[in-house]
Amino acid sequence: MGRTMAEKVWADHLVRKGQGGEPDLIYIDLQLMHEVTSPQAFEGLRLAGRKIRHLDQVIATEDHNTPTIDIDRPIADKVSALQISTLERNCREFGVRLHPLGDADQGIVHAFAPVLGLTQPGMTIVCGDSHTSTHGAFGALAFGIGTSEVEHVLATQTLSLKPFKTMAITVRGQLKPGVGAKDVILAVIAKIGTGGGQGHVLEYRGDAIRRMSMDARMTICNMSIEAGARAGMIAPDETTFAYLEGRPHAPKGAMWDQALEYWRTLPTDPDAVFDKEVILDADQLTPYVTWGTNPGQGLPIAADVPVPDKIADPAKRQAAQEAIDYMGLKPGMPIRDIAVDTVFIGSCTNGRIEDLRAAAAIMKGHHKAKNLHRVLVVPASSRVRIQAEKEGLDRIFEDFGAEWRNAGCSMCLGMNPDQLVPGERSISTSNRNFQGRQGKGGRTHLASPEVAAATAIRGTICSPADL
Amino acid sequence: MEPLSVVTGVGVPLRRSNVDTDQIIPAVFLKRVKKTGFEDALFYAWRRDPNFVLNRPEYSGARILVAGPDFGIGSSREHAVWALRDYGFRVVISPRFADIFYGNTAKNGVLAAIMPQESVELLWKLLEEDPGTEMTVDLGARTVTCADVTLPFQVDDYVRWRLMNGYDDIDLTLQHEDDIRAYERMRAERFPFKPRTLPAQHMPEEPVTSAREGQIDWPGPLADRGII
Ligand code: SF4
Repeated sequence: MGRTMAEKVWADHLVRKGQGGEPDLIYIDLQLMHEVTSPQAFEGLRLAGRKIRHLDQVIATEDHNTPTIDIDRPIADKVSALQISTLERNCREFGVRLHPLGDADQGIVHAFAPVLGLTQPGMTIVCGDSHTSTHGAFGALAFGIGTSEVEHVLATQTLSLKPFKTMAITVRGQLKPGVGAKDVILAVIAKIGTGGGQGHVLEYRGDAIRRMSMDARMTICNMSIEAGARAGMIAPDETTFAYLEGRPHAPKGAMWDQALEYWRTLPTDPDAVFDKEVILDADQLTPYVTWGTNPGQGLPIAADVPVPDKIADPAKRQAAQEAIDYMGLKPGMPIRDIAVDTVFIGSCTNGRIEDLRAAAAIMKGHHKAKNLHRVLVVPASSRVRIQAEKEGLDRIFEDFGAEWRNAGCSMCLGMNPDQLVPGERSISTSNRNFQGRQGKGGRTHLASPEVAAATAIRGTICSPADL
Repeated sequence: MEPLSVVTGVGVPLRRSNVDTDQIIPAVFLKRVKKTGFEDALFYAWRRDPNFVLNRPEYSGARILVAGPDFGIGSSREHAVWALRDYGFRVVISPRFADIFYGNTAKNGVLAAIMPQESVELLWKLLEEDPGTEMTVDLGARTVTCADVTLPFQVDDYVRWRLMNGYDDIDLTLQHEDDIRAYERMRAERFPFKPRTLPAQHMPEEPVTSAREGQIDWPGPLADRGII
């Protein structure tokens, strides 16, 4: 019987097969680090007198706490400043390569590594952050781990794990214009639920996925976590190879040919069997927006906010009612009537160059709506910022009335000063709309960069087609 | 980690069930960057109360905590075990532990001993009648001795073996060091193209300019202005 891509990558990293119900020991090719989940891992090594096993298989950057303005000045928040200085000290002491704030390669941990060419097909990649699944877009098996596992990987370059189950998510046919990767993944989550992927690696396949760019594929894999999955993967193909070729850490010359030969063996065999399969028709999809307080509470933009009384399942009814109360919405109101205060374009989901181009194309020649507090545009990495400035996107954003910021997680989780105030409503291209995620009492609607940009023009939630 | 076979020390009766990890250590302490020094955070809210059992001088220097069922439920923070360990506890006794908490204890050299509710009640009685009583937990014999009673406790063989040897997760993995080396030799041969982060390769060096904030005049969230 054939094997799925996830099974092949697993098999190629098997150090030791677990016996009698024990987990397997899996080799880790690359560990990415940032300031939030690393301090205790470094301290654990120090306390036990251990060293990092392979310094050339680890790399760090600063992202969660970093300010997106005045990056050349001291960080005001004490906790943030401490986490960042601790990372810098640890990296110096242990010899870990670090791209700190102000460096051209600094950025959100899931955005800076692909740009450097460190994310490649068939690798195992871990990071103390759940959205590590992003790297699965290259056909890597990439997943988030806890702080004690971070330490374990530093010391041993391995992890004890039980094999994941596999789920195929096939997106058939062709997406309509104006519908993109974010809409696909929000529709997937709305369909299978926030727990639907539990214990699984999701493999996205089908025509609609094959046509997508690497940036779009990363958006999809990124939010596998919001469907409850451990990881997401997309088979490497010519699009993947074209993205990688020539990047600083991509193989060169004969190594490139050898790598390519291996990478071409990775896609799932035609006769492989997945534990579960889900099928979506691309041409049925329209722009999606979340109305509630978990990523599964999403609907097509033309829909109305649900009416809890009409929901049969009592648990779902109650969840909808609570979400509507928190979000300050009226049951049954059209989603298109929801006015927002803030627009956030950024994060490891949608802060890459194509996302910024898409938003700029819509904003060009317009000005932000009068009712808006602010439009924040935060590139996912410094390289994205540099590239956007070369293309003049920064001027489009500034003419629009948006704020053009430095790279980082920013308002995705509000660990830095970019936060919502209580009651403030955002449309956000990030991945989580939990209560208070973007600031205490803040209300978040998740959407694509196109929808966020159009909403910034009109002031109420809409897609470019509504303008 | 320090191996654990016999622990003798003051026992503390914690007459509470469903002690969750937020009670063991509140979330605000998760912002710290250290893996030790959490003793001040243990049971932070309860310790504001002078009558809380840990605040009583007789129980100072305690090493064994005797708690009610479902200890360690709630969010999965490993800090809960660190706080207990840093305070000085090497053993927690309860009729039932939450799974993740239980897994985290052995990783950090703390024994989670499972005893029936009746035994816990008896220990509470003994420890309250004579505050500051020393108890002995013998991991080899799987018994707890307090005053003149000796009672059995449950612990699975694997956890017992690793605690008695003082193995942390990394020690356990490094017992397969030969397998890891063999894999690395195979990897170098079969996958020579896998990327290395060092020596660092870069794109051309470019300056990153700092963004500055514009002035905003904002009347407050729409919700406050009665507009949705
Ligand atoms: S951008 Fe958001 S989701 Fe992504 S790593 Fe940062 S905080 Fe996590």
